[in-house]
Amino acid sequence: MRLTDLPWLPPAPDGFRRACRELGSASGDDIRHLAGHALDLNRLTALANAIDRVAMAGGDLAPLAPMRLGLFSNGTTSLIGPALRASAARHGLLLDVIEAPYDQAMQAALDPASEINRAAPDAALLAFDHRLLPTPANMADAAESEHAVESALARLFAIRDAVVAGTGATAVVQTLPHPPAPLLGSYDRRLPGSPHALVDSFNARLIERLEGTGTALLDVAAIAATIGLENWHDSKLWHLAKMPFSQVAVPLYAEHAARLIAATTGRSRKCLVLDLDNTLWGGVIGDDGLGGIAVGEGDPVGEAHLDVQRTALMLRSLGVILAVSSKNEDANARLPFREHPDMLLREDDIAVFQANWADKASNLEAIAKALDIGVDALVLLDDNPAERAQVRAALPGVAAPELPADPALFARTLLWAGYFETVALSGEDLLRADDYRARARRIELEASTRDLGSYLASLEMEIAFAPFDATGRVRISQLINKSNQFNLTTRRYSETDIATMEADPSVFTLQVRLRDRFGDNGMISVVICRAAGDAADTWEIDTWLMSCRVLGRGVEQAVLSEVVRNGASAGVRTLKGRYIPSGRNEMVRGHYAGLGFLPGTGEGEWHLPLAAYTAPELPMRVVRPTEGRAG
Amino acid sequence: MTHEEIYGRLRPIFHEVFDNDEIALSPELSASDIDEWDSLSHIRLIVAVEEGFGIRFNSSEIVKLQNVGQFVELIGSKAGS
Repeated sequence: MRLTDLPWLPPAPDGFRRACRELGSASGDDIRHLAGHALDLNRLTALANAIDRVAMAGGDLAPLAPMRLGLFSNGTTSLIGPALRASAARHGLLLDVIEAPYDQAMQAALDPASEINRAAPDAALLAFDHRLLPTPANMADAAESEHAVESALARLFAIRDAVVAGTGATAVVQTLPHPPAPLLGSYDRRLPGSPHALVDSFNARLIERLEGTGTALLDVAAIAATIGLENWHDSKLWHLAKMPFSQVAVPLYAEHAARLIAATTGRSRKCLVLDLDNTLWGGVIGDDGLGGIAVGEGDPVGEAHLDVQRTALMLRSLGVILAVSSKNEDANARLPFREHPDMLLREDDIAVFQANWADKASNLEAIAKALDIGVDALVLLDDNPAERAQVRAALPGVAAPELPADPALFARTLLWAGYFETVALSGEDLLRADDYRARARRIELEASTRDLGSYLASLEMEIAFAPFDATGRVRISQLINKSNQFNLTTRRYSETDIATMEADPSVFTLQVRLRDRFGDNGMISVVICRAAGDAADTWEIDTWLMSCRVLGRGVEQAVLSEVVRNGASAGVRTLKGRYIPSGRNEMVRGHYAGLGFLPGTGEGEWHLPLAAYTAPELPMRVVRPTEGRAG
Repeated sequence: MTHEEIYGRLRPIFHEVFDNDEIALSPELSASDIDEWDSLSHIRLIVAVEEGFGIRFNSSEIVKLQNVGQFVELIGSKAGS
């Protein structure tokens, strides 16, 4: 995972450039959608060219907000301009970049008739590199070194003042990255006039001088350090074309600049919505219980998730509101917050707490409404790529960063994504999260009319049905003995029992695997049916359990369809199902009702006459062992 | 790496860099033959080839290049045969 690849953004689709070419005249949302992927310099350039083409043909690019940026530099900026334009679209801006002529920043700023002044930019990026700060002749002389730093600052602020006076633009200045290597080594920092020490002094004084001004800071020193000075500097490109830094770093630089420019217009996100299972702790609370989730010190997985919690708390102290959206029973979801000794986050820290079985997009809408903010002020941190995909498709304004497989990298990836970049932090901002203290409100959702059809189709699911076999036995046993929530009867069987069932022709067994475009979910459901007493034409569903991770995808319907199919060919006319409450499986109380079963005579008894059943169209491909691919 | 293999990997790089899937590579092909090939896209091409083949060029090598044929020779000398 390389930072220069912008790993929190989804990878660019195949045919990206074709999609750029096909952009039509009313394509603001499409452009923003394309920009929302991890784009390298070539793709950023292709997108910028497409934006130019649409704009020049008089296309309507709403809702992208037009903005003008003046770009001043003492290096070559021509590759940065298009990268900025395309990256700005990611943040909802239609950014017009006007470049001052190479190395003539001062002249362009001071001349009221210069192209850049006449263009009346809204913001001005003063992108100067270390040549702004020449090394003094006597590097050991403190006074001479201080003079060198002060003159460089004076030059920078002279340009800044001229630009602001001439155009009223918001100025953005940059810290300087350190040079690629010190002259002597560690001693450089102690030598007042060494290139390293000068940069340290320049950066520190620059930050101080910004107080009380409306000038914003782009911390290039931090960006360069984060990817490593070795990767930031490219002497060859500098000698070749006066490129100020490696072209591989351009997408990252442009992303940071675009974020900051968007922040100057007040566009920054306000609320971090947290998933729970495998995001804030390792494991699934509903199945593993308080003792089974990993959130303790001393366990690397637990430590990684605590890091996420710690990061969330730090963001909260800076005014970011925290919310929860989890697919869980509400009581189970709150349990770790209330009772686990190692949790850092408590219910008090969460403004809105949504734990239910509805889709996440609907919950995010409810959260935004409750907080009186737009959905485009939300960030969703969720380890499950299918959930992220559902939210991105339904609510493109929500930021749902890609996360790597290893939770140790979750906190860093969230921070790299920089959703909460800002240009000012007031006392009110810092207290904002406290306004929601002790609420942890739960919002009841109205019945959702959200159509999940195209989202489900986009998952490219493939469901595989097979009877119990020796290969699946261990996993079948695990599911049978550990599933608590989506478990209709909670009957526990030993591996020996399961092996017996494999060989017993009077027992119908099903192990169900699910793949989707994000990968193999493995075995996600187990069903056992037996003939009911002496009634040869009736099957009783002894066991039906499923992983909660694949809820809401039509798997239940697919499994029923498969059971019916097999039952019918065995001469079965009625299916009987039972719901046995266990104290942990409340979520499946209505399972059989939802599948069209009719209530039976006793409590929790259901039945389905096969004659009344019509197999539904399923949003997935079905695979069976002997036949190969089917329907 | 054979020249054929190099051309095979170079072709999609040209398509990406110049945003033009019609480009057909030949030894005589040079900047004057492709509209989008200016000094800036040349830089992007160099960077894309370095990243794509896992090699690094010297400045002197880059300034001497006249056409794709020479470029392929240069890549071949660095990418190992």
